[in-house]
Amino acid sequence: MNEMTRNERESSEERKLELRLAPPGVENWFNTSNNNKQRAYDYDYDYESKLSLGNFLHFPSNKAIVKGKESSSSQTCCPKSVELQNGDNKVTAVSNTSQKRTAPGPVVGWPPIRSFRKNLATSSNSKPSPPESHTQQHNKVAGKKPIDNFGKGLFVKINMDGVPIGRKVDLNAYDSYQNLSSAVDELFRGLLKAQRDSSSCRGNKEEEKVISGLLDGSGEYTLVYEDNEGDRMLVGDVPWHMFVSTVKRLRVLKSTELSAFTLGTKQDKIPT
Amino acid sequence: MDHSFPQKVLEHLFSFIDSNKDRNAISLVSKSWYEIERRSRKKIFIGNCYAVSPTTVIKRFPELRSITLKGKPHFADFNLVPDGWGGYVYTWIEAMAVSVPLLEEIRLKRMVVTDESLELIAKSFKNFKVLVLISCEGFSTDGLEAIASNCRNLKELNLQESEVEDLSGDWLCYFPDSYTSLVSLNISCLNNEVNLSALEALLGRCPNLQTLCLNHAVPLDKLPSLLSQCPQLVELGTGVYSTEEMHPDVLSSLITAFSGCKQLKSLSGFWNVLPSYLPALYPICSRLTSLNLSYAIIQSSDIVKLIGQCPNLLRLWVLDYIEDVGLEAVAASCKDLQELRVFPSDPSCLELNNALTERGLVSVFKGCPKLQSVLYFCRQMSNAALSAIAQIRPNLTRFRLCILEPHTPDYLTLQPLDSGFGAIVEHCKDLQRLSLSGLLTDRVFEYIGTHAKKLEMLSVAFAGDSDLGLHYVLSGCENLRKLEIRDCPFGDEALLANAAKLETMRSLWMSSCSVSYGACKLLGQKMPKLNVEVIDESGPPDSRPDSCPVEKLYIYRSIAGPRLDMPGFVWTMGDDSSRKLELDVAGVEAQFRNL
Repeated sequence: MNEMTRNERESSEERKLELRLAPPGVENWFNTSNNNKQRAYDYDYDYESKLSLGNFLHFPSNKAIVKGKESSSSQTCCPKSVELQNGDNKVTAVSNTSQKRTAPGPVVGWPPIRSFRKNLATSSNSKPSPPESHTQQHNKVAGKKPIDNFGKGLFVKINMDGVPIGRKVDLNAYDSYQNLSSAVDELFRGLLKAQRDSSSCRGNKEEEKVISGLLDGSGEYTLVYEDNEGDRMLVGDVPWHMFVSTVKRLRVLKSTELSAFTLGTKQDKIPT
Repeated sequence: MDHSFPQKVLEHLFSFIDSNKDRNAISLVSKSWYEIERRSRKKIFIGNCYAVSPTTVIKRFPELRSITLKGKPHFADFNLVPDGWGGYVYTWIEAMAVSVPLLEEIRLKRMVVTDESLELIAKSFKNFKVLVLISCEGFSTDGLEAIASNCRNLKELNLQESEVEDLSGDWLCYFPDSYTSLVSLNISCLNNEVNLSALEALLGRCPNLQTLCLNHAVPLDKLPSLLSQCPQLVELGTGVYSTEEMHPDVLSSLITAFSGCKQLKSLSGFWNVLPSYLPALYPICSRLTSLNLSYAIIQSSDIVKLIGQCPNLLRLWVLDYIEDVGLEAVAASCKDLQELRVFPSDPSCLELNNALTERGLVSVFKGCPKLQSVLYFCRQMSNAALSAIAQIRPNLTRFRLCILEPHTPDYLTLQPLDSGFGAIVEHCKDLQRLSLSGLLTDRVFEYIGTHAKKLEMLSVAFAGDSDLGLHYVLSGCENLRKLEIRDCPFGDEALLANAAKLETMRSLWMSSCSVSYGACKLLGQKMPKLNVEVIDESGPPDSRPDSCPVEKLYIYRSIAGPRLDMPGFVWTMGDDSSRKLELDVAGVEAQFRNL
């Protein structure tokens, strides 16, 4: 109670710094619905008063308050569009809030299965054949040599100049250099832009630049790889199947660096 | 002071106590019990390798013989944890190489293991017996060569689901001719061919071999000769289970080989199945207790024919090709079934599949009174089905349901699935692990917080409306140890209000939620026993306003303080800036060392 009086007397500035160990009491945690909507994006948000270091607390069970929370449209931070789910409505899709790119597509890490369980259906048959015609079936089912992956991902590391964080791509997901090139573009487009952007996380309304010309030297970047003998090669010279069986790592180099970049015998490890 | 029992008696008594939980309890009784216990503890389990430092562990347990360590958060399995995050085992091996030379067993899960680490293990522990690397990565067959050459007493080498750089299949040749102690070998994760004649010779000279899990590169026509070297096998993982053309003599040699394996109880592998070869298994089906067909692309009718002959099955893993009709057959034949996992054959296709629905799941629960652990991927679910399950099977301990399309409501009523899951937690009082999916509001979390008192692990995705949801769980689930959340509208309020709870848990993962950077900083500053790590690949979070939500957040309790091996995209909250430069350098060094 003394604390309460003291709070009232102190300036709001000092109050923000003071850690409260007592339950919220009078102060309504969820305040008004207006403040609520702004909560996540309020620069002067008072975090300290929400922190509880004592026993677990109970929220005031005021369910009406929390409904409006995420429908905030004033999104000054990373744009998210979370739509409230209404039980009566049909399913509404929620955009993946962690992606900086706005490209639609499969959600990362969903459904929650290991990569080696994916592509099982597409790597041999899409459906199991009827049991009658076994001779036909085995031709389709066992068409691939054992060395090929049966739905296990063939993940190789890929790094791009200017992006400190490397990725991995599953080469089994593509069947041509063109598809691989598009995938590389999609993978790094957003990251490259994020590297270029300065501190602000708002207004990434600018277009992301498409990374093109990876295979023919015409673009700003070129795709190269390191094979199983440690040699560095341009991507696209050998048949796809041969490429997949010898590639160990991929790299997206600035085309201007190509001549400086020794192709052929390996000298040093590819720096990451 | 303890006047009750003399130390020697207590030591003797404690030697009968194996379970870590019990030993942990013993160590809390008194100072002398703590001392006696710690000096006699041989096995230690560390659920989070960053929770404690190797030095602390070794100092406390000088007689250590067996260590189990877990590294990356569970969601790393689904590519949510960027490469280079951490989980390096090297510092542990280094410390133990010096101080625990008699170490015999190392079991790791989701850790980065380098060839360097494997070589150090091979050199340092003369009596090394067990190496289990589950879902690990970072090493190649070169490291395996070191293990094979040096570990004369090796009993178990298990590389389950690890990512191995497969440079050569000849690493098997490095087991010397004098080496005969192999009991368990699991190389199912390797991509390329292993030297088959070396393998065959190895199997032939190891009379105690019980477990053999081959990789898909082992051709089917080689299987009979391999099996003939080890007919005493208890657990077998086949290689590819088909040939380019059906050969009757392959079939007959398979039949002979399998018939010779009188102890075989567990089967897995079955990459690329040719159904005409399945009858080779019929003679051993009645003994099978575990069957993993989760890579087998075969029709429901073939699955049913097989399973119909396995009345003693305790564990079954299949693809959804089994369909409802197949699950009904399971319900009819496998009365002792304890664990069922049904994986999606085509996870990217979200079309409704009328062949595998909630009906199959309900029928298995109806028919199998001992079923207590379920993982089920499907495309539709109803509250009615979940309630039915809850009432039929209150002994459920693990229930993981994944409805493939996020936010899918009850397909009959179009309502959220709150009441269905609510029924599960209300009736299944021993529920330890739960994964939610489908359309869910805060209400389901209220049910969970109210009823799921034994719940230890909860996985949540695309669910809830507000912080209340998270608050219900954190404040209600008394035994909660691991909580992992993605894409839910949970933010600062619930997290900060329940900060103290986080110290009672192993870890909390939140990604694509609404927790702000400011709240993370506060948590990190005020909770010294927690490591609050922000993962953000788009750049330093302090280049953005405090109110910006963080990409990913991983909070875990630790007595080791902030870790020193973080990559450039992970920041520990609450560190003062004077340490930051040190940490950045150390982090980069660690990264390079582990490349």
